[in-house]
Amino acid sequence: MAAVSLTVNGKPVTADVDPRTLLVQLLREHLRLTGTHVGCDTSQCGACVVHVDGKAVKACTVLALQLDGANVLSIEGLAGDGPLHPMQEAFREHHGLQCGYCTPGMIMTAVDIVRRKGRDLDERTIREELEGNICRCTGYHNIVKAIAAGARAMPASAAAKATE
Amino acid sequence: MSATGIGASVRRKEDQRFITGKGHYTDDISRPGQAAIYFIRSPHAHARIKKIDAKAASTMPGVAAVFTGAQFAEDKLGNLICGWTVHSKDGSPMKMAPHPAIAAGKANHVGDAVAVVIADTLAQAKDAAEKVVVDYEVLPAVVDPGKAAGKGAPLIHEAAPNNTIYNWHLGDPDATNTAIKNAKHVTRLEFINNRLVPNAMEPRAALAEYDAGSGNLTLWNTSQNPHVARLVIAAFIGMAPEHKLRVIAPDVGGGFGSKIFIYPEEVVCLWAARKLGRPVKWTAERSESFVTDAHGRDHITKAQMAFDADGKITALKVHTTANLGAYMSTFSSAVPTFLYATLLSGQYEIPHIYCEVDAVYTNTVPVDAYRGAGRPEATFVVERMVEVSARELGVDPADLRRKNFVRSFPYQTSVASLYDAGDYNASLQKALALHDYKGFGKRKRDSERHGKLRGIGFATYIEACGVAPSALAGQLGCGVGLWESAEVRVNPTGSVEILTGSHAHGQGHETTFAQLVADRLGVPIDQVSVVHGDTDKVQFGMGTYGSRSGAVGMSAIAKALDKVEAKAKKIAAHLLEAAEADIVFKDGKFTVAGTDKSAAFGEVALGAYVAHKFPTSEIEPGLKEGAFYDPTNFTFPAGCHICEVEIDPDTGESTIVGWTAVDDFGTVINPMIVEGQVHGGVAQGVGQALLEHTVYDDKGQLVTGSYMDYAMPRADNLPSFKVNTTMTKCPSNPLGIKGCGEAGAIAAPAAVMNAITNAIGTEAINMPATPAAVWAVLHKAGRAA
Repeated sequence: MAAVSLTVNGKPVTADVDPRTLLVQLLREHLRLTGTHVGCDTSQCGACVVHVDGKAVKACTVLALQLDGANVLSIEGLAGDGPLHPMQEAFREHHGLQCGYCTPGMIMTAVDIVRRKGRDLDERTIREELEGNICRCTGYHNIVKAIAAGARAMPASAAAKATE
Repeated sequence: MSATGIGASVRRKEDQRFITGKGHYTDDISRPGQAAIYFIRSPHAHARIKKIDAKAASTMPGVAAVFTGAQFAEDKLGNLICGWTVHSKDGSPMKMAPHPAIAAGKANHVGDAVAVVIADTLAQAKDAAEKVVVDYEVLPAVVDPGKAAGKGAPLIHEAAPNNTIYNWHLGDPDATNTAIKNAKHVTRLEFINNRLVPNAMEPRAALAEYDAGSGNLTLWNTSQNPHVARLVIAAFIGMAPEHKLRVIAPDVGGGFGSKIFIYPEEVVCLWAARKLGRPVKWTAERSESFVTDAHGRDHITKAQMAFDADGKITALKVHTTANLGAYMSTFSSAVPTFLYATLLSGQYEIPHIYCEVDAVYTNTVPVDAYRGAGRPEATFVVERMVEVSARELGVDPADLRRKNFVRSFPYQTSVASLYDAGDYNASLQKALALHDYKGFGKRKRDSERHGKLRGIGFATYIEACGVAPSALAGQLGCGVGLWESAEVRVNPTGSVEILTGSHAHGQGHETTFAQLVADRLGVPIDQVSVVHGDTDKVQFGMGTYGSRSGAVGMSAIAKALDKVEAKAKKIAAHLLEAAEADIVFKDGKFTVAGTDKSAAFGEVALGAYVAHKFPTSEIEPGLKEGAFYDPTNFTFPAGCHICEVEIDPDTGESTIVGWTAVDDFGTVINPMIVEGQVHGGVAQGVGQALLEHTVYDDKGQLVTGSYMDYAMPRADNLPSFKVNTTMTKCPSNPLGIKGCGEAGAIAAPAAVMNAITNAIGTEAINMPATPAAVWAVLHKAGRAA
C-alpha cells in the first residue's frame, strides 16, 4: 500500500492504495464517484475519460500513484452543485445519449475537444476527435450534433485561441 | 398534438442522471461486507477437466473460498436452459445438452467457467486465481459450423450426435422445387452471415445478497427482463422459491439482446452469496465479455430465387446452417427458425418458399438473439437475392422490387407470417426522392474522375416484432407467453406512476411512456414517473427485446389507462352530481356535457382517495388499475434503406457517402427517440457489414478477443443519416405502433453489401467487407492499383 494526495473535483483527497490501483478505481471504489465508467480493458472505449490538470485522460490507463499533486475533474465535478455545463445541456437537447453508459466519457472528451480545437467544430473534426470514444447505442449522429452545439454554447475562455 | 403528448420530440427525463454521472448501473452498487468473485475460465476450446488444485489459492490473503464445478454440482441445482423447444423434420425435439453454471467434467469453449475464487477484493481474487492449478486434457475442437456435423468432427455433447441440435424446415418443398425447375431465371448465391459480439458498452454484472434472517435472496443484474430471470433462476435452476428471490435491473447500459439471457454468472453469485453468507459481486472485464456474452448471427446459407418471364418471383429456396455455439442459450433455438424463416417473403409476393435450417453445436461461445435476431439474417438473404437478380436480369433494382411488392393487405405469406398493413412503394418512392437516386449516375462519374469506385444498394426490408401472441408462441414451442403488464397508479395528489413490465436500457421509456399518460390523462409530464426493473415493485412482465416495448408494453399501459378513465368517470359523475353517461373527459378535465360544470383530473384523483362523495359499496376507493396485454399478431415494420458508398481501389477502404432511411413504424410516440433508434441500428448493421469479425482459429481460440482486434464502429466510420418515415397504422394494437428498435440493424447489412458489390462489380465477397477483403477482390479482378 502507498499513499497518494491529489485534488478531485476541487476537494483534497488522500488515499492509501494498492500500487496497482488505477485512477478509475480510485474514483469509483475509494471515492464512490461512480459517474466515470469502465467499458473495456484495452484503453479504447473512452467511457473512463476525466480531466487531469486540465487535459482529457483515460482514467483506466493511469495509476492512482502517478497522480500525486494532480488536479482531477470527473463528470460529477463538471457542473458540481451548479447549473449544467453547456455541453451537458447540449447532449440532452440533441438526444446525444441513449443508455448513458458512454456519456460521461463523451462529455469530458467533448469539453476537451473545444479546449484544443475551438468552439467552431465541423462534423469531420468531431468525428475524428471521437476515435477514442465508443458508443454502441446512438450511431454517433446525435452525439456529433450535440458536441457542435455544446461547443458553440461554451464561453470563449474554455476554447482554444485562434493562434494556438 | 401537445408539446408533451404522442408525436412530440420531448427531451428525455432520464437524461439528467446520465449526463451528470449519477446513474445507478449494477457495478455502481455495493453492499456492506461484499466479496468479489473471479471466474477461472478454460483457455481451451474443448478439454476434459481432470483435476483442480485449489489448496494454495485457498490460503491466500483475503480469500473466502474457491469453488469448482464439481463442488457446485454437489448442491444439485438445475442447469441453464433454452426455453423454446424446436422440433426437427422427423418430429424429434431439439437436442438440448446439459449446461451447468460451472463446467464440471468438460470445458466446451474458451471462456467456459471451471472454478471461481471469492475474496475480499477483486485484486486478491485474481492473485489467488493465478495459484489455482487446473489439469486439462485438451481435446480436438470444432469451430466451423460447416464442419460440425461432418464425419470426423469431435463430439461435443453425448446428447447430440453429429453435433446436431435440430434439422428444421418451413414451407412446401415440392411446390418450391417444381417452381425452380420451371423458372425462366434462377439466381443462386451462397453467403455467410458473420458472427458478431454484441458489446453493449456496459459489461454484464451481477451482485447477489442473501438475508439469512428471512431466507430472501436479492440479485442486482444487468438484465433486460428481471422477472424472466427470476422465474428461470427460481423454477428451473431451483435456487429459491420465486417469492424468496428479488431481481433488480437498475440502470442498464445497453443490451441489444445480450442481456436477455440467463447466464452462469448470476446463478453462481446467488449460490455463493448464500453459501458464504455475504454479498458477492461480479463485473465482466471486456475481454471476459467477449468469451461469455452470447454472440449473434453465424449462419452459412445457400439460396435460390426463381423468376418467371415477367420478372415476378415464383419461388425462394434456402438452406442455412446455424451455429449455436457450445451450449443452447435461453432463446437460441428460435432465432434461426421462427424469427428467420418466417420473414423470407420480404416485402414481396413469393408463392412458394422452402427453408431448411440445420443448427449445430461448436466449441465456441453460445449464440443467441442480437439486435434483429433472425430478421437481419432473413433480410440479408432476400435483399441480396433480389438485388443480384436485378443485375442478372438487367433490370433496375428499384423497379424489380416494385414489380414484386405485396400490395393488398392483409397478406398471407407462404411462410406463416400474416402481414397486416403496409405500403412498401410509399417508403421506396420517398427514399428514392430523398436520396436523389436519379443523381447517382452523375455522382458515380464524378467519383470515377477522382479514381474512386461508387456504388448504391437497397434494402427494402420487413420485419416481425412486437413479440408476440402467447398462444401462437406456445404452438411454436415457446415455453412462456409474450404478453406485457402495466399498472397505472394515480396518487391522491394527482401525480401518476406507471409500473411497467418493460425495461429500459437506452430506449427512453421514462419519457415515452410518460408522454402516453400525459396525452391520455392531461397530467403534466413532470407529474408522471415510470417504475421498472424491480420484481418487488412491479408485477410480472416479460421485459424488453424484439422491439416490443411500444407495441406491447405501451398497449398494456393504454389498457390500464382505459380502466383508469372509466373508473374516474364514475367518480367524477358523483363529484359533479351528474349521470355517468353525461361525463366527457378531454384535456385533463371531466365535464358535464352541455354545461360548464367540470372537475380537473387532479380533483377527481383526490376525490377517489378521500372517498367522501361516492358510494364505496358500489365504487371502491382509490384510483389504480392494472392490465395485461396479449398481442393479437406480430407487428410488421417495413421500409427502404439506401446506402451509397465510395471505394478507394488503392486501399479497398469503403466510405459511406450517403444513407437514406424511410421506415414505416406505424404510430410514432417520440420522433427524436425513434430516429435515434434508427441511427443506432444502422450503425450496428454497418459494423456487421464493414468492420466486425469474430474470428476463431482452428484450435478454437478467439483471436478477436478484445477491442484491439474486434473493430467496433467509431464516429469516423459512419456518416450522418437521412431518416424519415411513412405511416400505415398497425391495426393490431390500440396505439397503432409497429416498433422501431431493430429496423436499422435489420436493413443495413444488405444495403451496404448491395452498394459495395455494385461498386466492385462482383458478388464474391462476404461480410465484413474490410479494406483488405475489398482490395483482395479488386486485386484478383485486376482493378486495384
